[in-house]
Amino acid sequence: MRVEQISIFLENKAGRLAEVTRVLSGAGVNIRALSLADTSDFGILRLIVNDNDKAKTVLKEHGFTVGKTDVVAVEVEDRPGGLSHILGILSEQSVNVEYMYAFVQHSGKNAVIIFRFDDIDTAVKLLQENNVKVLEGKTVYTL
Amino acid sequence: MIFDEEFETLPREALEAIQLKRLRDLAERVYATVPFYKKAFDEQGVKPDDIKSLEDLPKLPFTMKQDLRDNYPFGMFATPMENVVRIHVSSGTTGKPTVVGYTRRDIRTWSELMARTLAAAGAHKGDIVHNAYGYGLFTGGLGFHYGAERLGASVIPVSGGNTKRQILLMRDFGATVITCTPSYALRLADVAAEEGVDFKALKFRVGVLGAEPWTENIRNEIESRLGLDAVDIYGLSEVMGPGVAVECVEAKKGLHIFEDHFIAEIINPETGEPLPYGEPGELVFTTLTKEAFPLIRYRTRDLSVLHREPCKCGRNLVRMGRITGRSDDMLIIRGVNVFPSQIESVLMARKEVAPHYVLIVDRKDRMDTLEVNVEINEEIFSDAVKDLQNMERDIEKDIKDLLGVSCRVHLVEPKTIQRSEGKAKRVIDKRKT
Repeated sequence: MRVEQISIFLENKAGRLAEVTRVLSGAGVNIRALSLADTSDFGILRLIVNDNDKAKTVLKEHGFTVGKTDVVAVEVEDRPGGLSHILGILSEQSVNVEYMYAFVQHSGKNAVIIFRFDDIDTAVKLLQENNVKVLEGKTVYTL
Repeated sequence: MIFDEEFETLPREALEAIQLKRLRDLAERVYATVPFYKKAFDEQGVKPDDIKSLEDLPKLPFTMKQDLRDNYPFGMFATPMENVVRIHVSSGTTGKPTVVGYTRRDIRTWSELMARTLAAAGAHKGDIVHNAYGYGLFTGGLGFHYGAERLGASVIPVSGGNTKRQILLMRDFGATVITCTPSYALRLADVAAEEGVDFKALKFRVGVLGAEPWTENIRNEIESRLGLDAVDIYGLSEVMGPGVAVECVEAKKGLHIFEDHFIAEIINPETGEPLPYGEPGELVFTTLTKEAFPLIRYRTRDLSVLHREPCKCGRNLVRMGRITGRSDDMLIIRGVNVFPSQIESVLMARKEVAPHYVLIVDRKDRMDTLEVNVEINEEIFSDAVKDLQNMERDIEKDIKDLLGVSCRVHLVEPKTIQRSEGKAKRVIDKRKT
């Protein structure tokens, strides 16, 4: 029930993000979801792709610092209150969300939300107990 | 004005006679009391008795900053601690500071030399001295303080910081002499302008400025914006603190070295060979009268030049030119000595950081700024912003704790720091000095 996410350190300099996408496209890696956290100094680009190992290898070859993290992907009905319901469950049990980002599937009515938790096992258990649909890695990579 | 007419205007032969006598006493004394010097003399095959004339000085061994570190904290003292009445400390190259000590007589000598310094700059009894050099372990604040009191002036021991309040005090007290670093003098002028205070309308007549290198252009700017005569001073804590050399306000052309207390040499920093007057090289000092912490041929790493031409102020003392650079990689940031190796030691102590870094020194709002760019690597990289920001803050705090200098740390992408000939370029100094 874990999804592998790669993260890349980026200096706040013109062209760095473009360089990442250029490298990935050159290697035929497809980006499924992404989010960029930025500070005045640097940014952290978080990606879910169809081939983590290949993405990591080519990015490192091009001098990027790449990390790997496990995150949780959750399917949410694309309607008002969908996300609020899930966050309510987490907050009730004091499960801390490190960060999150969302994307909408082009096929269906559902959105997918990516969560980064400190304690991933407790979070997954809690969500499943409350009948939230937690997606498997291989489902997400091929969405 | 000349504070000590007798010693500052001695004819050359009389001065050199005093120097020789004091040098011979010094060699005798350090050989007998400081194990480091006994060993250094023996290794060089020289005995105190071999000093027959001042030309024999180059027979004596050099003292390096490393030697002071090896003998930390009190190993270089030539007198038992019970005779030491004061300790000052300056930052060392890799964590260990340099410790200097003063006997009661040393403090008296230092006060005399600082009174000479202030007088040469045009200060006198009746002046109000706004002393904005830092008080504490640094020699600047207390050195000027004792000298101003010896001169009979009124000292305001304001020390550094709280610039707005300084403007208020200097205006309300009618200070006539300001003592601080040149960059702080300009900072004061800026803040005064922001506060609506016309600095030139204040009563200042003289600025006695030092502890960092500056130029004629900066002098012109300070003099026109602050409306005073700005003179340059030179000193370093190992040799005494401020009070080693000063420009006279009459000529403002080179700094008179108080040669009855210090012998200055210029050497080739590569070979150690003494160079004649007029040739640029590294400044070397021998302290002639210090009791607690005497030094033989101390290599300052400061680059300068010595001149012997007589000065219109009447002093017969050798003059040194402005410091033009360093023969090592030391930086002076807001008056504090900083070696890149110190920053490196902070980074190395945090094992997760590879020591690929570059120091960027600049000047903003008149004050020096230090930025440290550190290359990131996979061991320390995190996908969470707060982890990386905490790391930056932690390194900033470690550097501040060790050096006493605030800085900004930025993580940068790997291999973005320029490497030249396999060795990283550690320092980018953007200051226009």
